[in-house]
Amino acid sequence: MIEILSYPFMQRALIAALLTGLIAPAIGTYVVQRRLSLLGDGLGHVALAGVGLALLTGTAPIPIAVVACIAGAVVVEILRQRGKASGDVGLAVLFYGGLAAGVFLSGISGVGAAGLTQYLFGSLTTVTPNDLTLIALLAVVILVITLGLAPQLYAVSTDEEFARTQGLRVRLYHITVVSLAAVTVALAMRTVGLLLVSALMVVPVAAARNLVRGFTSGLGCAIAIGVATAVGGAAASFYINAAPGAFIVLLAIGFFVLSWPLSYLVRRRRAAAVLPELVDDDELVAAHMVTESHPHRHAPGCGHPAVQHGDHTDFIHEGHRHAAHADHYDEH
Amino acid sequence: MLVETGTVLAAEDLTVELGGLPVLRGVGIAVRAGEAVALLGGNGSGKSTLVRTVLGLLPHQRGTVRLFGSPLRDFRDWSRIGYVPQRSAALFGGSKVKEVVTAGRLARRRLFRSLPRADRDAVRTAITLVGLAEQRNADIAELSGGQQQRALIARALAGEPDLLVLDEPISGVDLEHQRVLADVLAGLLSAGTSALVVLHDVGPLGSLLDRAVVLSDGRVVHDGALGDLGQHRRRLGGHEYLDHGPAAAPDHDDRERLLGGAVEP
Repeated sequence: MIEILSYPFMQRALIAALLTGLIAPAIGTYVVQRRLSLLGDGLGHVALAGVGLALLTGTAPIPIAVVACIAGAVVVEILRQRGKASGDVGLAVLFYGGLAAGVFLSGISGVGAAGLTQYLFGSLTTVTPNDLTLIALLAVVILVITLGLAPQLYAVSTDEEFARTQGLRVRLYHITVVSLAAVTVALAMRTVGLLLVSALMVVPVAAARNLVRGFTSGLGCAIAIGVATAVGGAAASFYINAAPGAFIVLLAIGFFVLSWPLSYLVRRRRAAAVLPELVDDDELVAAHMVTESHPHRHAPGCGHPAVQHGDHTDFIHEGHRHAAHADHYDEH
Repeated sequence: MLVETGTVLAAEDLTVELGGLPVLRGVGIAVRAGEAVALLGGNGSGKSTLVRTVLGLLPHQRGTVRLFGSPLRDFRDWSRIGYVPQRSAALFGGSKVKEVVTAGRLARRRLFRSLPRADRDAVRTAITLVGLAEQRNADIAELSGGQQQRALIARALAGEPDLLVLDEPISGVDLEHQRVLADVLAGLLSAGTSALVVLHDVGPLGSLLDRAVVLSDGRVVHDGALGDLGQHRRRLGGHEYLDHGPAAAPDHDDRERLLGGAVEP
């Protein structure tokens, strides 16, 4: 670990990977919540048009790609809000138009389509200090908004109608989310690449949902997985001489695959915490332990899990079992 | 604060078309401060459309809506309204019960601030009121349908609104909790909260409601005391009558006669 930190290009690569791992799942959480998981993929196509334009004009590619991507995202959101059937076709035209424009522009710039490869698949080790400054600045903006406005963004992404009855400017928030997703995509073209950035926006979020409960915990867990896979993948690919972008995404998918059996275990543990060991011990029953004052009346569907216990039904109540007996409940 | 004599919700001549088909045809409805109004009618009569239109969730082609005296377009005081939708995308899962309920405080929250203590207390109180205290950290998707419905009610209550707009709030809720919710609603009404309650059947809320508005085929066919309604219902052969949509048109004259000419021409 010490060795790779002695190379300036690896220092920049690791910081860029860290920032990507932070921001992609942070914005991805809202994108997934809105069921727009493939948005990042489409915006990657649009970003290529920006890269092509940058190659043609000889300017830095990231700023132009950021602008192109935001413009594309806003068009996507407007098409979506209109809810027209043609919106779907409009998206396809936009995405493939972006891809074609990128290849075309890079062709006439003399670089050729091959020059786009590093943006498609990322090139962490060629991140310049200027790139890094821009990535860091925009990453701060994205984190401040995605974490600072989490309650509002959560509400509009989860239940748009209710958010509206709370007076939230839903359209503005939607535009904000897709624009931040666009910025994330454009920044990630130097780290994991345009074709793979969408994976880093979606896969850690999906893995986190298997592991923790609730939106806020899910957001935190997704960011943790994103950072771990991005930094871990970038560092490991240095040693095994692998393509960092691809390795980072494969690691994230590995996390996701592992999260399935883990989620099973987590759920079982939770269930075990709710359902105490069902000792079929007659002594316990014979002891006739009466519950303390218990105003709640148990009934099917009362909110307490019902368990068949011999000839009667017990209700699981805060870790112990209640069985109706005359005018009170027994502990079973 | 609210002028107790005012009208908290008023819609006039409301016409709404969805996909080119008229769903509401010149509907007028008013809820005065402190009043609880039932909105009744069969499937497809336009109840939910009316509620969603007065909240600005659906556009209307004609007519006016005023909330707390302000035209809908200028209304900003959303913390005064607590809405319980019939269906909610919040129920797909991925949220804890308390996260869903906390969204009910959003109209009062300032940007980039953590949740103040008063808001946390209001959320806890609302969850306890509907009897979900033990499930507050459960994923909303793991709850039963009735429990989910209670969570949505808690979300509306958390905002401590002056006007509750409830779209079939007790459908799917077991009898015991229907009574619990009726008690909660009774408490709020006696404290001065107003309510517009969409119902398929009056049920346990009947004694709480001051007035009923009945929609049929996008028009108001009754606006008056609940007692009168019961009489009409019996004579009309029960609730089934109201379930008929446009197909029941031949009955129209009959209905007009029975409902005392409340049907618009």
